[in-house]
Amino acid sequence: MGLLFHIGRYFAFMAAALRRPQKGRVFAQSTLIELEAIGVQSLGIVALLSLFMGAVIAIQTAHQVGGWVPAYTIGFTVRQTMILEFAPTIIPVILSGKVGSNIASQIGTMQVTEQIDALEVMGVRSISHLVLPKLLAALVIFPFLVVIAMVLGIGAGAWICNAADLSSFADYEYGIQIDFKAFDVAYALIKTCVFALIIASVSAYHGYYTSGGAREVGRSSTKAVVYSVVLVMVANLVITQLLLT
Amino acid sequence: MIKVRGVDKAFGDKAVLHGIDASFEAGQVNFIIGRSGSGKSVLTKCIVGLLEVDAGEIKYAGEDFTSLSTKEREPIRRQIGMLFQGGALFDSMTVLENVEFPLRMFADMDAEERRVRAMECLKRVELEGAEDRFPAEVSGGMQKRVALARAIVGRPGYLFCDEPNSGLDPQTAIVIDNLIRDLTHEYGTTTVVISHDMNSVIEIGDNIHFLHRGRVAWRGDRKGILNSGVEELDKFVYASDLMRDIKGKLQGR
Ligand SMILES: Nc1ncnc2c1ncn2[C@@H]1O[C@H](COP(=O)(O)OP(=O)(O)OP(=O)(O)O)[C@@H](O)[C@H]1O
Ligand SMILES: [Mg+2]
Repeated sequence: MGLLFHIGRYFAFMAAALRRPQKGRVFAQSTLIELEAIGVQSLGIVALLSLFMGAVIAIQTAHQVGGWVPAYTIGFTVRQTMILEFAPTIIPVILSGKVGSNIASQIGTMQVTEQIDALEVMGVRSISHLVLPKLLAALVIFPFLVVIAMVLGIGAGAWICNAADLSSFADYEYGIQIDFKAFDVAYALIKTCVFALIIASVSAYHGYYTSGGAREVGRSSTKAVVYSVVLVMVANLVITQLLLT
Repeated sequence: MIKVRGVDKAFGDKAVLHGIDASFEAGQVNFIIGRSGSGKSVLTKCIVGLLEVDAGEIKYAGEDFTSLSTKEREPIRRQIGMLFQGGALFDSMTVLENVEFPLRMFADMDAEERRVRAMECLKRVELEGAEDRFPAEVSGGMQKRVALARAIVGRPGYLFCDEPNSGLDPQTAIVIDNLIRDLTHEYGTTTVVISHDMNSVIEIGDNIHFLHRGRVAWRGDRKGILNSGVEELDKFVYASDLMRDIKGKLQGR
């Protein structure tokens, strides 16, 4: 089936997803459940990856220090890498593997076991009922996770500088403050929100239009991850070009 | 009451339903019977609008359902309770939450009223004690009964049951049959039961449609079904030795 078909159907799907919830209470409760599923359960992996990443970037940069590269470059590089790219792009990409496949397989299973038909027959608007809480939860929780990743990554850089004697704390501290632009954080959070929407909606889309059985659910969940990652990368380029030049 | 006129349905070039005419009366247990693959589930899905028909019309109390938009269908849909062939329970919710769900979405009830009503329905399908378990933790027959409880909890005006007693032991099957009959008569529900179980048909069938290769090959009540004179229906009805015995006895008298 053609790309145009998917694009058209995706936008129709999103229009249906963004309709007002039929029952506020049920919607609020589902959103809380999703916050827990998407957010709380991702905290561990996000924290782990950011700590290691921050430390590794510090070591790599320290490797360049000497000659004309001053010691404060370590703090500066860790900060810039974490804020501009690692936290807002790599973390969502990793989460797409976790959250995206989860959303797609959950909705896909509901589709092939007729749970979605059961909703429709009752008069529940299944797309908005299932997808809107996930979109909202992703939109709230992704920026939160990304900020945590930034802080932990920069913290881990400081720790390794001290532990492995790469630079003095004062140099590192100077490095993470030098030439700081608040707009960089805004740029990072803007793109995080866009990526959150892409991952949650593309995964839900692939799950919702599953037909068949367990094999197709698996396939949808793979597609969800692949398409999410590709679209995140494209969006990353576009947003960066628009905001940073 | 539901009236079906001239409904055709095909998947690609595979025609499944051909010019189906049927009518399902209020306060009666209406049956759709037929062999596996004859199109019973597809017909039911067309009637509730999960599948769009290729031709024909479906009228709920005189209103043409097929010509309505999804939004316009909602008021009718809220009066529909449906038991799916596979149960279709929400696997992330407990048994009780499943049964309460239609009430949570659409009924003006507080939590306690909902719980009482849902427990009452679970009791009617003989499932008290299972309310806190998840669908994956109960047997297939129990899932069917939970699904029936969920279908009836909102006191629907239209009740569809796709093979309500497949996978049930004969005793439980009779309990379920009687429940469906009682609810239908008590609330004047338009009930449509899909089944291949001749036992249920003979026990509770008021109005029976026999589907053969996507066509309604016979229509009548439970008395007529034993002597329909339709060859395919006779083969269906007298497939088992037991039914042949019964026929012999009836003719011998
Ligand atoms: N989504 C679909 N796509 C293509 N063909 C389908 C689809 N759903 C059903 N069919 C075909 O329609 C025919 C009727 O199927 P249906 O499920 O209505 O049978 P049934 O009478 O309910 O059988 P059973 O008693 O086994 O449940 C079958 O040949 C089936 O292969
Ligand atoms: Mg069937």
